[in-house]
Parts: sequence; C-alpha cells; structure tokens
Amino acid sequence: MASLLEIRGLSVLFEGKRGRVAAVEDLDLDLEPGEILGLVGESGAGKSTVGNAVMGLIDPPGRVEARSLRFKGEPLDLADEAAMMRLRGRRIGMIFQDPLTSLDPLFTVGDQLVETIRLHLGIDEKAARARAVELLGSVGIPDPEARIASYPHQFSGGMRQRVVIALALACEPDLVIADEPTTALDVSVQAQILELIRDLTKARGMGVILVTHDMGVIAEVTDRVAVMYRGRLVEEGPTARVLGRPREPYTKGLIASVPRADRRLHRFPQPPGQADAAPKAIDLGSHWLGAGTRRERSDVPVLEVEGLTRDFVLRRGILGIGEKRFRAVDDVAFAVREGEVVGLVGESGSGKSTIAQMVVGLLRADAGRIRFAGTDITATRRERDLLPVRRELQMIFQDPYSSLNPRLRVREIVAEPIRFHRLASGEREIQGLVLELLAQVGLGPEAARRYPHEFSGGQRQRISIARALATRPRFLVCDEPTSALDVSIQAQILNLLKDLQETLGLGMLFISHDLPVVRQMCDRVAVLKQGRLCELASTEELFENPQHPYTSELLALMPRLDGLAPAPAGALDGSSEANVYG
Amino acid sequence: MIFLLRRLAQGALVMLVVALVAFLMFRFMGDPVRGMLREDATLQEQQELRDRLGLDRPLVVQFAKFVGGALQGEFGVSWRNQQPVMELILDRLPATIELVVVAMIIALLLGVPLGVWSALNRHRPQASLLQTVSLIGISTPTFVTGILLILVFAVILGWLPSFGRGETVEIGFWRTGYLTASGWKALILPACTLALYQLALFMRLVRAEMLDVMRQDFVRFARARGLPTRLVRFRHALRNALMPLVTIAGMQVGSLIAFAIVTETVFQWPGMGFLFLQAVQFVDIPVMAAYLVFIGFIFVVLNIAVDVLYTLIDPRLRTGGAGAGR
Repeated sequence: MASLLEIRGLSVLFEGKRGRVAAVEDLDLDLEPGEILGLVGESGAGKSTVGNAVMGLIDPPGRVEARSLRFKGEPLDLADEAAMMRLRGRRIGMIFQDPLTSLDPLFTVGDQLVETIRLHLGIDEKAARARAVELLGSVGIPDPEARIASYPHQFSGGMRQRVVIALALACEPDLVIADEPTTALDVSVQAQILELIRDLTKARGMGVILVTHDMGVIAEVTDRVAVMYRGRLVEEGPTARVLGRPREPYTKGLIASVPRADRRLHRFPQPPGQADAAPKAIDLGSHWLGAGTRRERSDVPVLEVEGLTRDFVLRRGILGIGEKRFRAVDDVAFAVREGEVVGLVGESGSGKSTIAQMVVGLLRADAGRIRFAGTDITATRRERDLLPVRRELQMIFQDPYSSLNPRLRVREIVAEPIRFHRLASGEREIQGLVLELLAQVGLGPEAARRYPHEFSGGQRQRISIARALATRPRFLVCDEPTSALDVSIQAQILNLLKDLQETLGLGMLFISHDLPVVRQMCDRVAVLKQGRLCELASTEELFENPQHPYTSELLALMPRLDGLAPAPAGALDGSSEANVYG
Repeated sequence: MIFLLRRLAQGALVMLVVALVAFLMFRFMGDPVRGMLREDATLQEQQELRDRLGLDRPLVVQFAKFVGGALQGEFGVSWRNQQPVMELILDRLPATIELVVVAMIIALLLGVPLGVWSALNRHRPQASLLQTVSLIGISTPTFVTGILLILVFAVILGWLPSFGRGETVEIGFWRTGYLTASGWKALILPACTLALYQLALFMRLVRAEMLDVMRQDFVRFARARGLPTRLVRFRHALRNALMPLVTIAGMQVGSLIAFAIVTETVFQWPGMGFLFLQAVQFVDIPVMAAYLVFIGFIFVVLNIAVDVLYTLIDPRLRTGGAGAGR
C-alpha cells in the first residue's frame, strides 16, 4: 500500500536581509494510514514549518522546495493554490497550538463548523448543522445541540481545543497535522485531548503528524518519532526504540535533559556541547551578596502565610447588587523555612500565581496574613516600611520576553535595584557589582552593554536572575521560571537557580505546573486545586505516597517517558557531579 | 441591562460637571447684567435685572435653576441679538449635521476599502504611495485644504460655489440643503475638506488592523480549514478588523460636530461652529455656555451609542465579562 504521505528532500527557505535561511533542509518523511508520527525538537528546529509546508501555508518570502511530495500516491503541488484549497480542510486537517486564538471570536462555533462542512461537502444548511452537532458530540462536548450556538469565548480552553479538533475533522480528512495541540492546556485536559486524538486515529484510520516539544507527549501517543534539530532530521524510528535506545548524541541529550519524575537527581542533565554555567563558589562571610543578612539554615520560617484569601470581581454590580465574585485563593496556609525550597503546583486557575503576587506585594490579600522575617506584610500600609522586605524578597517571572525593559541596557537593568536600595557606595562599585552578578549567572561582561532583545530566552532569564540577585535577597519567588523555555535551556536555568539557592542559602517559593521539575527543585510541595490547598508534604513523600486523591490524579495524568527512557548512567541520586555529558 | 444603566448614570454625571463649568463661565466671566443692558442703564434698571435673573440668590440655587433650565432647553437669551439661545442653536444645527454626515460617508466609503486594499497588497508600490499620501492627508491643516479646494474648483475652474449653503428647503424646524441642486453643489467642497483628514485616518487604521488580524491564528486556521481566500479575508478578517473603527468613527463624528469650526469659517457655512465663533467675538456668554453643554451632550450620547453598538457586534461583551468560566 502506498504511504499516506511521502516527503522527499523538503526544504523551506526564507530569504532575509542576512541571506538565505533554511528553516527546513532536505527532509525525508513517511506516514502510513492509522499512524501517529511525532515530530519533536526544540524551538527553531523547523518542526512547525514542516506542517505548514505540507498544508501549503508558507507565505512569501518563504519558499518551499521538494524533490517529491506525494499524498496518497498523488503528487502534491504546493504552488497550485486552488488544488491546495480543495485539499485543505477536506483531505488534510490541521490543529493549532492555542485554542484561545484559533477560532474567530465573532462567530458561533456552529457557524464556523457549518461554514466548513458546507464548503467541502456541498450539503444544505440543515444537514450541515446536524453533522456539526454530531461532530461536537463525537469530540466529547456535552450537550452539543445547545452548545452549537455558543461563541468560542463561552468555552474553556480544553473545550475550545475540542471544537478546533471537530473543525479539523469535519470532513473526515485522511491526514491531520496537529501543531502542539496540548501545549497550552492543563495536564488533565491534555490527557483527554491526546486520548481523543489517539482514538480518532485508530477509529478512522487517518494519519497524524503530531508536532511537539514535549517528550512525555511523544512517549504517550506516538507510534513513530522523528527528531529534528536546526531544520534537519536527526533520527527517526519507532517511538519505543528512539526513546529507549537513541542512536544519535543529540537525541540522547534531548532525552536526558527531560526532568524525570521517577527519582530525584542532584542536577538536571544537560545535552552535550552545552557549557555548564555553574556559578563560582563564593564565601558568603566576605562576599557582597552575603553582606547585611544573617542566614543560617534553621527551622525558623522566613515566610509564613496564614488564611490567605483573595477574590476577583467578575462582574461589578451597583452597590454590591448583582456582583459576581470568584475566589481565586481560599484560606491557604504554609510556611517556608530559611534556605528551603517550597513548590506550589496546580493546574491553571488553581491560584498559584495569585499567591505569588500577593507574597511579593503585587496584589493585596482580601484576608489572611503574610509574614516575612517577622514583618507582617499584609498589615503594613506604608510603602516605606516595606522597603527592607521588598529588598529581601525578589521575584523571577515566567516570560523572559516581557519582564525586562526593552529600552534599557542590561547594565542599567541590573544596576537599578542596587541604586534604588542604596546597596553600593558609588558608581564604580555598582558597575563592578553588575559585572560580577552577570558572571554569577554565566554571562560575560560584554552582555552589560547590550539590550534585552539581543539575547535568547534562556539568556534573558539569566538576566532576570541577576536582577533579582542585585538586591541581595534572602528569598526568591519564581513563577514558572522555565515554562517558556526549551528543555535543554530549562535544565541550565534550573541548575543555575538550584546552585545559587544552595550557595546563597536562599529561601524559595517555586511555582510550576510541571511535576517532574518540581520534584527536582523542591524540598516540600504544596498542591493547590481551585484556590484551596489539598496537600503539603515533603517532595519524596508526595511523589511516592500521595495522600490526597487530587495529588494522585495529577501524578497519574503526567505524561512520562520513565518507562521507555534509560536512566542516564551516573546521574544517580546524590552524586554531586552528575552531569554526564557536560 | 445593568451595563446600560451604569453607562447612563455615568453620562448624567459627566453632563452635570459640564453644566457646572458652563454655569461658572456664565456667572463669572464678565457681569451678565453689564452684558445685557445698554451702557447707560441706571443703577435701578441694573438692580431690577439682577432680581429678575436671580443673581443675588445663593450659587447652589442658581446652579439648580441653570440645570433645570438646561433640561428644558432653556439657556436664556443671546446678548448679541436677544434671541433665545436654543432657537439659535436649532437654527444652525441642521447645517452642521448635514455637512458632517456627508463628510463621514465620504470618509468611510473611501477610507475602509482603501485601507483593506493597501493591507492586502502591502508589498505593491501603489500601497506605499497610498501610505505616503495619507500621511499628507493627516498632516495638512483643514484651512489649507479648504483654501486650495476653493482656489481650484471655485476660482480657477468656477465649477462650485466657494461659500454658503445654496438654496435650502424647510421641513419643520429642519432646514435642509439635500433637496436642491445648489444645496448639493455648495456641500461638496466643505464636505471634502472635512472628510480628507478622516479618510486618511480611517484608511491607516483599517490597514493597520487588517494587517494585525491577518497574522492571527484564527485567520491561519480558517485557511487551514480550506476556506477560500475571499471568505477568509472578508468574512473573518475584515469583520474583526473593523471593530476598532466603530469606536474611532463614533468619536470622530463628535469632534466633527464640535470642531467643524475651521471648515465652516473658510466656507462661510452657517453651522454651529460659525455660530460659536461669532459668540466668541461678541463675548456672547449664554451662547457659549449653551454650546458647551450641547457639545458635551453630543459626546456623551455618542459614547453610549458606541458602547451599546460594541456589545451588539462583539459577542464577548454581550454575555458579560465572565465568559471563560464554563
């Protein structure tokens, strides 16, 4: 039988000011009916570009070249827009990453379904509507007859992704290209969507190209996997073989850098060829970073949170009548000891970021108390009285692309908190400190002269860390510090944070939805669900012996490749120099 | 519903503040008695007028009376020609409204298609040329445009009149120029003058919005669903791109009514702007105060209208802010 899709020598070229850039270079791929092929790689690997190229969605100045492209044995002519338009949506469907933006907000989901169905199947309005209801039902949307008249914003993210899948499947395509279909979703929703895709694939015998950067997802659902790196195919084969016995060094590194959920390693393994940016050892007794604060690892809590509650007003009423409120954080209590890392985990909407913002004072609590080193933050009204707390309590944000001022040079970004808190005696000392802080986070002195946009995501997150350290903090609040980064970069940043935390004896509140990361980073973990604290236990206990049913559920849903991937040799617990490839 | 009530309450509050400013202007910018009487009026005549106008009563009472009068369209009598102010405004209003309506229609009918076209063909040289020309359109002062148009079409070519409204027909209190040929001829030049800036503004706005929307995921997804280009562009992209235009166009109608002054002066157009200018020259405080309240009212009404319109077009606003919950 002919392959469903046969790609030979595919290249996608972009002509730019700096010459020609090949996003994809000389790629060969095959896909059989009923098969799920995973396309995996880090950002910039060109995996999404492959999907767009097959759909004929590469816009100028991009250019697609291929020796041969065959779809069900027939040659695929990307230049023939009319022919491609007949294939798109009808024979080849596509699922996009972000369900929040892939539907037109001004039309009901029914209108968008009917529009697509009528166009491709040429049936009348009534029959198309009946088919739309049936489709919505088949992707697991409850009460489809009523929901068909809803607008996209009236669905949750997971439900919207189901609508997107229904749209992609509307005309029973033979091939579906799913571009990061679950990246924007919570684990529980992710598990459902992946199961749906797998069931539909098997039931309809369609082929799926699943583009993702998540090795866990690959391990869960794909039959075969193709690993891409900088536009080239590195390795391809059955999923179990590639993940279990990778042949290429790049694949090995990529697999090794995925944080493991099944055991605790001392350091995150990094892919080969990456410089390990371990901070220099510093003696806190004499070093600037240690001055002014006494830090012994003790059982005295540095941060205490009691009965913390916060509501958000959804709809304002007149004099409180008709007002609708939503309790984002509900009576949460925990404490973090000096030098301890406490993780906050939960799905979106669980209130973890809200707690972080209240702790650092970006949001006010409606009720409850936050005490930091003896000062009651919630009771102190005068900003001036909070200055010492603000200095010692710093935050690292999720998105390194928007958390640095694009108009300031890195030197100014790092120097600003030092100046503001008057931590240095003069300009010369400040400049010296900036360079030293940058060196601590693994950036050279030339970084100081540059602007944030000249750096990659991982480097920007290093700048954020340097800025947080510039106030000589004793406590860091990290809100999903690596969720915007690739796995290999994630490993570097997490290692850096861990090293700094240990060297400087920092207390840390570490917020993440990624359980494996939490297992590696934290001493204790608090699990949140819809604003309430479900369980707070030491990390090992929580992962090995969860007490709360919700915790067990979260652990069970987490996609893992533990079963397939080999334990990185040497990277065993406790051995301090565990970086196998570094 | 709650939303509409709240907007109405806010509008009322704004109007009250505007009325206060107008009242203070009326009361404290020069002595109204001096303004209304002859130079050689006796002290007794002055006192009588003071009593009649209630100028000796407490300010709060006077303000209440002012607001009460304003609610019934009572703004007193013009100092200049002793006509009731409201009559003067209603007399001039149709001229301005007709001018603004035609200017708006020209601007929208040309600006939107040009904006869409230049967004869809942005790599063509014509599109860049259009961008440059629109920049000139935005930065040329209205009086320059007006005078140039008069020079070409009235003075050199002699095709169109350079001032006035032409012949008008009265329908009730509304005096319209739409029903006569000379009325239309007289309307063309001022309307084009007024429309030019709006046209350039709308074109640039629609172009920018369209470019933005065309980059969004739902447009790419619409293409991936196999929708033909025409549907993708005009059903999905254009509708989303036009949303901000509703706000901008609504506000522009307000400012055209309020600030058509320059155009009306250049073309001697007997509209409200012209009336206001005359009032300023003669320090005709009642007319100025009434004008202020009236323009404030128009802006408040337009604002509420735009908000209501927005909830009608955008389903995300219709169901209240808390959409995503389900």
